[in-house]
Amino acid sequence: MKQILNLSGISKRFGDLVANDAISLTLGEGEVLALLGENGAGKTTLMNILFGHYMADEGYVEVFGERLPPGQPEAALEAGIGMVHQHFSLADNLSVLENVTLGTESLWSWRQDVKSARTKLATLSKDFGLVVDPDARVVDLSVGERQRVEILKALYREAKILILDEPTAVLTPQESDKLFDTLRSLIDKGMSIIFISHKLHEILKVSDRIAVLRRGKVVAETDTANADRASLAEAMVGRTIHDPKGTPMSPGDTVFELSDVSITADQGLGALNNVNLALRKHEILGLAGVSGNGQQALAALISGQTKPDLGVMTLFGEVLNNPTPASMVHAGIGRIPEDRNSVGVIGEMTVRENMISESRRDRPQSRFGLFDAAAITKRSDQLIEKYDIRCQGAEEETRLLSGGNVQKLILARVLDANPAIILANQPVRGLDVGAIAYVHGKLLEARERGAGILLISEDLDELLALSDRIAVIYHGRLSQPMDTANVTARDIGLIMSGQTEAA
Amino acid sequence: MRLEPRQTIPMWMVLSAPVMAIITALVVCAGLVMWAGEPVLQAYWLLFKGAVGTRFALTETLTRATPMILTGLAAAVAFRAKLWNIGGEGQFYVGALMATWLGSGMVVLPPWLMIPFLLITGALAGGFLLLVPAILKNKLKVDEVVTTLLLNFIVLLFVNFLLEGPLKDPMSMGWPQSASIIDEGVLPGIVSKSRLHLGFFIAMGAAVIVWAIMRFTVWGYEIRAVGFNAAAAAFSGIGVKRTVVLTALLSGGLAGIAGVGEVAGTKGYLTLDLSPGFGYAGIAVAMLAALHPLAVIASALFLAGIYVGADSMSRAINVPTYIADVIVATCVLSVLVSLMLTRFRVRLR
Amino acid sequence: MDVFEILLTAGFWAATLRIATPLIFGTLGELICERAGVLNLGIEGIMTMGAMCGWMWVYMGGDLTSGVLFAAFIGALFGLLHSIFAVYLGLSQHVAGIGITMLGSSLSYFVFRMLLPNATTPPKIDAFENVAIPVLSDVPFLGPALFNQTPMTYAAFVAVIGVWYGLHRTPLGLAVRMVGENPLAAEAQGINVLAVRTGAVMFGSALMSVGGAFLTMSAFDAFFFGMINGRGWICVALVIFASWNPGKALFGALLFAGIDAWQVRVQQLPGVNIPYQFFLMAPYVLSILAMIMVSRKALYPKALLVPFRRGERT
Repeated sequence: MKQILNLSGISKRFGDLVANDAISLTLGEGEVLALLGENGAGKTTLMNILFGHYMADEGYVEVFGERLPPGQPEAALEAGIGMVHQHFSLADNLSVLENVTLGTESLWSWRQDVKSARTKLATLSKDFGLVVDPDARVVDLSVGERQRVEILKALYREAKILILDEPTAVLTPQESDKLFDTLRSLIDKGMSIIFISHKLHEILKVSDRIAVLRRGKVVAETDTANADRASLAEAMVGRTIHDPKGTPMSPGDTVFELSDVSITADQGLGALNNVNLALRKHEILGLAGVSGNGQQALAALISGQTKPDLGVMTLFGEVLNNPTPASMVHAGIGRIPEDRNSVGVIGEMTVRENMISESRRDRPQSRFGLFDAAAITKRSDQLIEKYDIRCQGAEEETRLLSGGNVQKLILARVLDANPAIILANQPVRGLDVGAIAYVHGKLLEARERGAGILLISEDLDELLALSDRIAVIYHGRLSQPMDTANVTARDIGLIMSGQTEAA
Repeated sequence: MRLEPRQTIPMWMVLSAPVMAIITALVVCAGLVMWAGEPVLQAYWLLFKGAVGTRFALTETLTRATPMILTGLAAAVAFRAKLWNIGGEGQFYVGALMATWLGSGMVVLPPWLMIPFLLITGALAGGFLLLVPAILKNKLKVDEVVTTLLLNFIVLLFVNFLLEGPLKDPMSMGWPQSASIIDEGVLPGIVSKSRLHLGFFIAMGAAVIVWAIMRFTVWGYEIRAVGFNAAAAAFSGIGVKRTVVLTALLSGGLAGIAGVGEVAGTKGYLTLDLSPGFGYAGIAVAMLAALHPLAVIASALFLAGIYVGADSMSRAINVPTYIADVIVATCVLSVLVSLMLTRFRVRLR
Repeated sequence: MDVFEILLTAGFWAATLRIATPLIFGTLGELICERAGVLNLGIEGIMTMGAMCGWMWVYMGGDLTSGVLFAAFIGALFGLLHSIFAVYLGLSQHVAGIGITMLGSSLSYFVFRMLLPNATTPPKIDAFENVAIPVLSDVPFLGPALFNQTPMTYAAFVAVIGVWYGLHRTPLGLAVRMVGENPLAAEAQGINVLAVRTGAVMFGSALMSVGGAFLTMSAFDAFFFGMINGRGWICVALVIFASWNPGKALFGALLFAGIDAWQVRVQQLPGVNIPYQFFLMAPYVLSILAMIMVSRKALYPKALLVPFRRGERT
């Protein structure tokens, strides 16, 4: 098979962190190479180097036999590399056509050739079954449609090599299947593909060859036909980590309830329609659903950031009339936010300061508005040790902590208050396997102690492993919660894409 | 060239950043001195002498620094919350206006009551003026940079109107100026045969109080949190809008006190040119102090020295006094860079 | 003549166009900067520099047209300076802009004093004369009202069309807009984000500077301290009022200029007892009102104020 892409000896460091360590990989024409690795293994960094967003410290890239000048996306595009980013690189306020044609014409030309652009886009749409309205503004498109635009961007530029970075993270199982069909037709038409994922079963389904990355190094390479699931999983993680499982418990009383709650889309959080939800003691309720179906609104409600337009929220039987984040915290609701770095902590503040961010007005942290430094120091040092937060001391700026340690900080803050209800919103997104196991362990511990937990996640495996019951959110409506023991991923996937009536 | 975030920031680096900025500014502006055809070192020596070389110069510098410490604190506090208060000038004048209106005969109290009375009312005036843009920001998301700036022009025109009309001193022989502050309200001088007055100690005291607020109180924590990341602050239960309002009252209040000090201490009555740009200079003071309340004192003293020294220098040699403003502007820009260098390492290639 | 009859005089409309010219240039300039994602608070200082430099060029013997180009050049230089701080180094756009304004103002006063150490009254230059557009200027009422202006005013209108076309119909304009919405996406399409932002800021600053030069080379014929008088800030407000749209910017500038022209004339009417200072306040108060009206729903360019650092770990 003709070798069209060659990454040779690529290394990249970010300060003390070695993201890529002398990585060498090749890609053959017409093949699908899968890059398998857990979060933090260095897959995205490697692809960003390939595409020119980053510059490697050592090593080089050859495309179709030619060296690629480093750090220039224009050069990568010119060489025929196209990338579908994990977080779509699209401008919300511009149209599909504008997003696709950007940069395709010389910046010095006097006019845009809109007509031929439209024709070309329409032809590509038809040939590959990727239908989108060229004049629609990206902000109005669904997640699946946005991904189509990303792919069309690459096709428009006549890419020969397509990189897809965790493309199924935001899709339902059915949408993922459709994506795989698209990929197959791309291969038939001469494309070669690099497929990045941490989901073993997908990779086995779709790839020809697999390379496993761990801690920045290639630790295994194999043809998919000969691949052994178990050894791949072990290569990916490096050791056997047992993801903790909960002991069977019978759920207690209902602690928190949403009754007939609706929120209009005006608030900009997505809509909720007549939602009924009950969180019970000793129970983890999992919430499945493609992002954008109302999770944001639900999380904002429980976090105290907004009020329902219709319906009521009750905690311990009392109606919550004017919820604010502060009142929710003090009522006993612990919140682990979706975006830990931009919302969960303030990066420029120290670990100690972030530890007390929710309890700053309570004794013993402060009295009459004055901080008690000694008490704060004592408490935060205790928590740092208890939760094994790796940092250069409590006075370190939080932005310097790794994702896993930031999450531990948030867990420490939340769990130390012994909340009756916990909202865990994508708690392990972007974390490595060790951190994932830690977070899951702590959530299960809280459940054992009596907390009721709402676990919102895009990872069905995580939901099925941890939850006692699972509900699905689709277009702002909640399905009836189902016992986890009685459902499969397939069933949930169908409800997630609306193909079965959410009961 | 690439910027790499530093893992730790050594203290010596933070302290030397403003110094490096000042040196850079002086070096760059040396070019202007050379263009004026004067020898650079002699010019800067005259500047230095003019600022602190004689007893008179020193007291003048301290007098000039008094309102600048306060407007510097006003900017520093507001900027910490990312409330871009460029309206220090207007807040200064409403403070002065309040003191003039109440203090030129309308209210008579013994000095130990009168002076605090004038200070508090002046502070309230300044605070409420800034409250308008702050509330517009909270409720309607109106950008406060432009509103605070525009208010400066409006306030100045209003003062102009008052000085030519209702507040005009009938004994001023036609000049647009107000009646004088009554004796009970005048800030006593603290150094004989100089213009230095009690306001200087008040300004220093304010700096210490603001420092204490930022360091030891929950309020200070909340101001900083909102400035760093309003979304995260809101999530953790901080009332962002409430913090903005309180910060506005404090910031505007400090600038208002600056106005009271100038009217009741330095000049004795209100004129349209009471402030040669103290409000704007306060921004430079705050930036050079890296928004640290205690450093504001040093920064204000330095910048006041530049202004006073440049005045003196321009009388001796042929360098226009505007060089002081150029030096200050260059300081603002270079301190931005030097503060950045404390947080980032520069990597070539 | 009463308050409303003023609107029916040709003189009023001519004055409106004249007063609008620096606002149009300034607003267009700031609009381009902000579309690219960069807030340029140096506008007040840049307009001051433009006013001083354009005037100085002619005072030293140059001709008017090259004076305008010189002012534009100086404006672009200041734009480059702002870009170094705000774009390349990614520092606080607010503080960098205020620093640039302070620098522009102080430097222009310094240079002016250097050139004219002893002048008590500002010396005059031969400013642009009105150029009547043939045929159109003979139309009754509209002719003297609209078609007998100085060349820079005509240029302002051409600039509006040029900027609109540039932003919305050329690939470069698309790149500028994209860079202000999602710079990472622009980079992924091969655009050099830092270069496009810098270019936009430089071009916008050149326009701002030309707006300042109009004041000394067309409207008045001398440079005096404080002549910009907050017009730069009004332009910043107008950009939001105009939703970052060149056509609406023209409308906003004309509206403001109209109210300003009207208030000057109303002051002179007999029986008007309101102190003149309140009339002078009108433009500033209106700017605040305009901002109040539009800010809540304003669709800011998404990447405005967000610095772009290449190769930063996302």
